[in-house]
Amino acid sequence: MGPRRYIPVLALAALVAAVERAVALGGAGYYLTQLIMAAYYCLVAAGLCLLMGHAGQISLGHAGFFALGGYTSAALTTHNLLAHAAEPWARFLASCGLLAEWQNVYGVKVLSVAPWAAFAAAVALAAAVAFAIGVPIIRLRGHYLAMATLGFGVIIYRIAAGTDALGRSDGIAEVPPFALGAGLAVGGAAALRVFNYYVAWGLVVLGALVIVNLTGSRVGRALASIHGNEAAANALGVDTARCKVQAFVASAVFAAVAGSFLTHYNGSIGPSEASVMKSVRYVAIVAAGGMANLWGVLLTGAALNFLSLRGVFDTYDDAVFGAILIAVMLFAPRGLLGMPQLRALRGFVGRRLHAGRAA
Amino acid sequence: MSNVERGIAALIAAVIVVGMVGCEPGAAPKAPKEGAAPIKIGAIFAVTGGAAFLGVPEKNTAQMLQEKINAAGGINGTPIEILIRDSAGDNEKAVSLAKQLIEEDKVVAIIGPTRSGPSMAIKGICEEAKTPNLSCAAAEAIVYDEKNDVVPRYVFKTPQKDSFVAQLIFKTMKDMGIAKIGVLAEAGGFGDGGKAQLAKYAPEYGIEIAASESFDPKQADLTPVVTKVQAAGVQAVVNWSIVPAQSQIPKIMKQMQFNVPIFHSHGFGNIKYVEGAGQAAEGIIFPCGRLLIAESLAGDHPQKAVLATYKKDYEAKFPGEEVSTFGGHAYDAIMILVEAIKKVGPDREKIRDAIETMRFVGTGGVFQFTARDHNGLGIDSLEVLTVKDGKFAQYVK
Amino acid sequence: MDPALLLDPALLWKFCLAGLAVGSIYAIVAIGFNIIYNTTGIINFAQGEFVVLGAMTAISLAGHMPLAAAVALAVLATMLAGALIEIVFIRWLKDASVLRLVIITIGVSILMREGMLHAWDEKMHALPHFSGTETSSIAILGASCPPQYLWVFGTLAVIVAGLSLFFKLTVTGRAMRACAANRTAARLCGINAKAMVTLSFMLSAGIGALAGCVTSPITQTQYDMGAPLAIKGFTVAIVGGLGNSVAAVGAGLLVGVLESLSVMIGCSTYQDGVAVAILMAILVCKPSGLFGSAEAAALKEF
Repeated sequence: MGPRRYIPVLALAALVAAVERAVALGGAGYYLTQLIMAAYYCLVAAGLCLLMGHAGQISLGHAGFFALGGYTSAALTTHNLLAHAAEPWARFLASCGLLAEWQNVYGVKVLSVAPWAAFAAAVALAAAVAFAIGVPIIRLRGHYLAMATLGFGVIIYRIAAGTDALGRSDGIAEVPPFALGAGLAVGGAAALRVFNYYVAWGLVVLGALVIVNLTGSRVGRALASIHGNEAAANALGVDTARCKVQAFVASAVFAAVAGSFLTHYNGSIGPSEASVMKSVRYVAIVAAGGMANLWGVLLTGAALNFLSLRGVFDTYDDAVFGAILIAVMLFAPRGLLGMPQLRALRGFVGRRLHAGRAA
Repeated sequence: MSNVERGIAALIAAVIVVGMVGCEPGAAPKAPKEGAAPIKIGAIFAVTGGAAFLGVPEKNTAQMLQEKINAAGGINGTPIEILIRDSAGDNEKAVSLAKQLIEEDKVVAIIGPTRSGPSMAIKGICEEAKTPNLSCAAAEAIVYDEKNDVVPRYVFKTPQKDSFVAQLIFKTMKDMGIAKIGVLAEAGGFGDGGKAQLAKYAPEYGIEIAASESFDPKQADLTPVVTKVQAAGVQAVVNWSIVPAQSQIPKIMKQMQFNVPIFHSHGFGNIKYVEGAGQAAEGIIFPCGRLLIAESLAGDHPQKAVLATYKKDYEAKFPGEEVSTFGGHAYDAIMILVEAIKKVGPDREKIRDAIETMRFVGTGGVFQFTARDHNGLGIDSLEVLTVKDGKFAQYVK
Repeated sequence: MDPALLLDPALLWKFCLAGLAVGSIYAIVAIGFNIIYNTTGIINFAQGEFVVLGAMTAISLAGHMPLAAAVALAVLATMLAGALIEIVFIRWLKDASVLRLVIITIGVSILMREGMLHAWDEKMHALPHFSGTETSSIAILGASCPPQYLWVFGTLAVIVAGLSLFFKLTVTGRAMRACAANRTAARLCGINAKAMVTLSFMLSAGIGALAGCVTSPITQTQYDMGAPLAIKGFTVAIVGGLGNSVAAVGAGLLVGVLESLSVMIGCSTYQDGVAVAILMAILVCKPSGLFGSAEAAALKEF
């Protein structure tokens, strides 16, 4: 069964390329903008899929990790150090390649932390915070865990919306592109759209690969056993607390990576990225996708975010997500692809999960 | 690939294709008039979310103007189409919508966004795409980067500057002999901006800010913050906030027997807020545009005609809704753009040039744009108003 | 502010009084949580929306009838809405996991909020003050406050007393207690457990609506005010110990006063964070609540 579980990853990669080609042939390159943004939200959902679907732990605070990543990147790369350029510490940092000099769209020169260094800091910070809060709260169950993660999200939102250095309710704008060399960058320039599309979805494919590998490994089986019956897993010698914290940290890292990249792509971030409603949206996507069904989650994530970002739902944006949450939980708790009407697909998904757990 | 896997791949592709085809935006565009392709104007407003009290009058104004202009034959015979998008006040949504409007709908310019955050977020996008942007948001940073002394090339804004409001408040206080004040500001873009301007200009007028508090406008009860300001022993309070604190704080002050003059910002520009505060609103002093006292303006005032028309049209089209200065900001933005198109045609670059030298009589004041001033309003665009018998009136010493 | 003022007892009392008033509101919301939790084991994330729905309905009705009638009708209407929600979304689910129920009530809360946005509007509304006008003022132990504070305290007292009597003296109340203690056993005794669940949603919705009406003159009402209130109410329910409504009163007043005092000493921007910080601390250190688990079990039914 081993190599077979990579087939869907390949299929995903092929689909990503096919969509780009189709859009290019149709002369509708502008669709890529929202597909790129949707990809990063899909990355958060993929991480949450690991936590909710495989480990069975809810999180109503994942927008907080996304914002941690995004805000760290934004704050570090926009803080102008030009006035301190001559000071020894700045020169030392510059010589290590940690600083970057760039010009914004108005021609103002900025010396700031280099995007890659900010990215590393963002991911490290998110992982550290996830570990620090994960250890005490992940042993909570049911409503208590939901509330604790919600509380975490609210605190991050409050910090983002109340701190001067983070732009308070305005957020941070004029975030530079994340230069990758050879004239390529993660950024909003129209000329780089196709490249950014492949970066964004490349990350999603990579994330999917990590999750497929993880769920097929010892860790994955441990997580599945926790989801099934935590007490039994414990009795069998699975270190359940440790496994759950690992899943929590991993999913937070997914969110922080997405947050950092999307902030560079958009050139800005605001406190709405940290809001409770955003966290609920991620949960809605994972629920609608079928919890542990990564492919279902990515599909619904791509479709819903794409439509939402294009303003298709107009003033009913939040209502659509609420309705989907309820409808899915009432009628198809195993996700849209898990509905009896799609039995063939469900069989496939079931086999795949089974394959993952048994491999 | 097994059959099932192929099926899944096909399904995924189908869903995405359907998603793309079926994603014509919700705000149904009006059918253009026979013959002429309409001139497309983008508009991004916070129709839902926390800033909806600003975004809804802006949206209403845009719809009203589109109908009115097209009924009068459009601009030089070409109808206009205003594509109104709801950002819910979110930065990332505004970014997505701005790109969509610029690249896909090929609009000649973007009106809005409503809030400062989204406005700052799309500023760079409009600059890069060389698309004029007439923001309806408050922050001065939108049109002037003070630290680097930079004025953006394509971005303009219509609401009056916070700094003028702060200066007028202080001038009035000085005339009243007030020297020690407390500031209550909403913890949002609007309140933060005001708080900063108040702090900046206070020394110039010899006024001491003894207590300065930010609060979450959604807080259940604001009594604790007001108590704190009261304890500082101040002679007057500036309440720089949005709903519901607009009406709540004056009430709480009266109920706590904290009877000092109350000053508000120009965000008080809707008679509904006065009704919300009832008796407690009497005597509140605030600088604002002249829209609220349109009737009592002298007949030869340059703004009289435009204010009266806007008020009449708006209240006729939306019965039960009172005109507010917020919708006025959208009115000014749209009409400035329409003036520019009338003069130079639907060309982004030419429109920008036209606006930069334009003189325009609007609801917010008489605009005179220059290369250095992309707001175009002076301190004389504001009038100090007060509440008298539940109505707005000019403040007289 | 001047540090010496911190020791001024009159000022301290002013802050405490404001905290007690807002804490009473939190307590009422928490009691609503507890009633549903006790009979179903569900935390109803839409509890805050009941508060808003009640107030909005009363505001719309108040134009056409006396205030008391408007409030009574609004409470009734919200109770019906509560029953409807239980019947449509909860009743027919068999062996639903906690995760599933949490997500459903979150969905209900979003739908109710968006529904109210489109049914009413985005604007701020308020009921008139129950006695006096918006400028009336009374003094409680030297601190001036609106007369509405008395209405808030009174409503809390009436709700607590009323529920105690209901659960102790009436057959239905006892049946609900039986369901809370052991649903299977209660059913075997011939109690209609399903009806009791519906009833608990109605009770909880009604209490929420009453809270919304009595606080509307102070806080005003907007369609999206439910979620922040729900978070506060949940904090209070947890601090008191989930399911323990008497403890919720103490916890509510405590959280309210702490929030108010945090403004006095610190930065008001983060006032909202105080309750959440308390919530996190309690969840991590003592998830059974401040007032002890053994006691909580004994007090569960008032």
